Amino acid sequence: MRIPASKYPVERFTLPNGLRVVLTPDRAAPVVGVAVVYDVGIRSEPQGRTGFAHLFEHLMFQGSENLEKLAHFRHVQGSGGTFNGSTHFDYTDYFETLPSNALERALFLEADRMRAPRLTEENLRNQIDVVKEEIRVNVLNRPYGGFPWLRLPPVMFDTFANAHDGYGSFEDLESATVADAADFFDRYYACGNAVLAVSGDFDVATATELVERHFGDVPARPAPARPDFTEPDLTAERRSSYEDRLAPLPAIAAAWRVPDPVSDLQGYLPYVVLAEVLTDGDASRLVERLVLRDRSVTSVGGYIGFMGEPFAVRDPTALVLQAHLPPGGDVDKVLRSVEEECARIASDGLAPDELSRTQARMATHLLRDTDAVLGRALQMAVLEQQRGEPELLNTLHTLIGEVTEEQIVAAAAQLVPSRRAAVEVIAGGAK
Amino acid sequence: MTVTTPLRALPVLGPNRALKVPSTTEHTLDNGLTVIAVRRSSVPLVEVRLRVPFAQADLARAALLTQTVLSGTSTMSTVDIAAELQKVGGGLSAGADPDRLLISGNALVDGLDRLLEILAGVLTDAAYPAEEVDTERARLVDRIRVAQSQPSHLARVALLKRMYGSHPYAVQTPSPERVEAVVPDELRGLHGERVHPAGATIVIVGDLEPEQAIAAAERMLGKWNGGGHPAELPPAPALEPGPLTLVDRPDSVQSSLRLALPAVSRRHPDHAALQLANLVFGGYFSSRWVENIREDKGYTYGPHSLIEHAVAGSALVVSAEVATEVTGPALLETLYELGRIASLPPKDEELEQARQYALGTLQLGMSTQAGLAGLVSTYAGFGLRLDYLAEHAAKLAKAGKDEVAAAAAQYLAPARAAAVVLGDAAKVEASLAALTPVQRASES
Repeated sequence: MRIPASKYPVERFTLPNGLRVVLTPDRAAPVVGVAVVYDVGIRSEPQGRTGFAHLFEHLMFQGSENLEKLAHFRHVQGSGGTFNGSTHFDYTDYFETLPSNALERALFLEADRMRAPRLTEENLRNQIDVVKEEIRVNVLNRPYGGFPWLRLPPVMFDTFANAHDGYGSFEDLESATVADAADFFDRYYACGNAVLAVSGDFDVATATELVERHFGDVPARPAPARPDFTEPDLTAERRSSYEDRLAPLPAIAAAWRVPDPVSDLQGYLPYVVLAEVLTDGDASRLVERLVLRDRSVTSVGGYIGFMGEPFAVRDPTALVLQAHLPPGGDVDKVLRSVEEECARIASDGLAPDELSRTQARMATHLLRDTDAVLGRALQMAVLEQQRGEPELLNTLHTLIGEVTEEQIVAAAAQLVPSRRAAVEVIAGGAK
Repeated sequence: MTVTTPLRALPVLGPNRALKVPSTTEHTLDNGLTVIAVRRSSVPLVEVRLRVPFAQADLARAALLTQTVLSGTSTMSTVDIAAELQKVGGGLSAGADPDRLLISGNALVDGLDRLLEILAGVLTDAAYPAEEVDTERARLVDRIRVAQSQPSHLARVALLKRMYGSHPYAVQTPSPERVEAVVPDELRGLHGERVHPAGATIVIVGDLEPEQAIAAAERMLGKWNGGGHPAELPPAPALEPGPLTLVDRPDSVQSSLRLALPAVSRRHPDHAALQLANLVFGGYFSSRWVENIREDKGYTYGPHSLIEHAVAGSALVVSAEVATEVTGPALLETLYELGRIASLPPKDEELEQARQYALGTLQLGMSTQAGLAGLVSTYAGFGLRLDYLAEHAAKLAKAGKDEVAAAAAQYLAPARAAAVVLGDAAKVEASLAALTPVQRASES
């Protein structure tokens, strides 16, 4: 089946203060998406301050130069909009979706906190409590909490930047100070380190003028130099396990390093496709073998990057496979089967249609993610930040369609045990 | 701390754009299937939602049917179905609740015919092969076991039991033992009896002319037929307030706090006012309750309060996961905020803010193919069409402070709440009992 292209228009410019701006108009529905992405994430946290990038994200909602605490939320929602923010390995985003008559208001709100968030002791203590509850909900009080995104990096990587717990220890969170927050803001929240993207129902000339009006006088501060986070590939398998007292079933996750997503896109794309060939749907290699034939796992999934965002992560990153097993399941057997299936692709290639049908399904997934104005703004902002190429959003599914069988075969040949980091969940909650 | 004078004024909103409700085209096929098509050309895809009434279907059989309905026909295997769907960029999945069976899918828009052809094959000829049923039964049991280790699921189970007593809504997840006992013949029986087009609705939203979508549905699904008879649920019983139900989860580091309150259906004259009252109380981030227990006290991360609509009744459910040591204080603030909204009228600015949010988010929900398809399908399940949105928007725009206060007094009064807490009973019982009578849940 022919894979259709998307043709979102893209306007790019940089304000004199260094802020990069991406506009992608679309008048189909009377809504706009606004995203501001800062080039700082979990990897940039200082030693002894695990979880700080995420804690700081919370502080960006606690009032700013012209806005009291709670005002940001009230102004967005009182305009009929929704908001959020999220912290990733390589970036932190802040975003709103609103009826298009609220565009200027959203730009005002983002510019105000880009100038000066209100960093106070009271707000810091309050948000430390909130973040601790977030960690309890998502990690400590549930089975498989943080599996595998918090559990694999420390097995695979050696440096603090790549290996540490991105949600943070309670001890580190509690020792955070207002001075730490002010330093973090000064260092990383420079407008030269940010990208603003706006998508949806607006006129480019008007939006350009509004962006200049609200962001034009944000003081210029240069982006900090991005540290080198490179680590060598593994030369021998790394394996670890832990008991999850709440988990009723065993689970296993394994990861292999992949080529640099930014500097070697051509080398990287085959791995993005391979993850889907292995795990997307009942006709994929590992679902057919492990779930339907062997019944050695009850579910299996595969993706790139520990947060599953192949086009919003930088090197070093990995192809991740994860599986839950039936009670008493044998994780070594599962790993051996994965090894066999990868070797089989490497030696026998793919079945007729296997690649093209996977590529067609990936096109649907990619197009679907861009249907929401906010999805478009967020992805374009990150593509601008990491690659200087927001229009790549229009061609990603075409590039994926150009990946060849030979490339998949070569990528599968790289998923060998000696390059693997694996972590096993021992089911402490099995009855 | 010094008070800073604002240097810059908040920009005023541009003129409100009138709610733009997409036009729908509807046609009922001879076999009774209603087809609703909407054009939205934002991406070259199509979204499909087939909703089949499923009231009174056996819980364990219905759950396993959703996991095996795509597991093969007389001419295609599980893998064939998945591979053929993938060829058109497509996928299908099935789910059930006490009201309906829902089969959802999407594909590249040129693949609509093929997606519907495969769907028709499944609807008229699902085989429920013994091998595949064995596999999926074991997987479903594993999934239920995982769900049973999650506090949110356990709190939901306890709350539904408390809300619905002996009504079919009271239990919505089958036990592993019941699932283990289901055999393929029972799945074929349930399918034959209940998966038929009369009363069913298929919604098709995407980058194509509605007439083209309807013609495709007619071509592919026109021959789908089936016997069986419609089934209805009795109305859900009224909530019974009374002692708080405490469910013990030893060593839990948080407590799951749930309060159910009465609510009304989307068609009820009080609905818009109740929606606004709920927003002011706790239904969005900028609400009294969230600002209190999260942004002031730091007791919780993601508290929410939501009106849940089911065919046989509606309810308002208040939910928060709170630190074990502040479980009593969190209940106190929740009861306080409910009492406050039920006793005193909201301020003008609180009401206007909630109104803008309710109106604005109506527009956001319709701005994607998937969002629109879900909305049209959900409404269809309640006999509503998209034009309901325009009527509802008008009611939201009009509801006055007195109406909202009256709705709050009637529906949000804490005295009417049925409350459940799941947590470490040894640590939280005394602090809860200081505020309200507490009854330990019986072992289930």
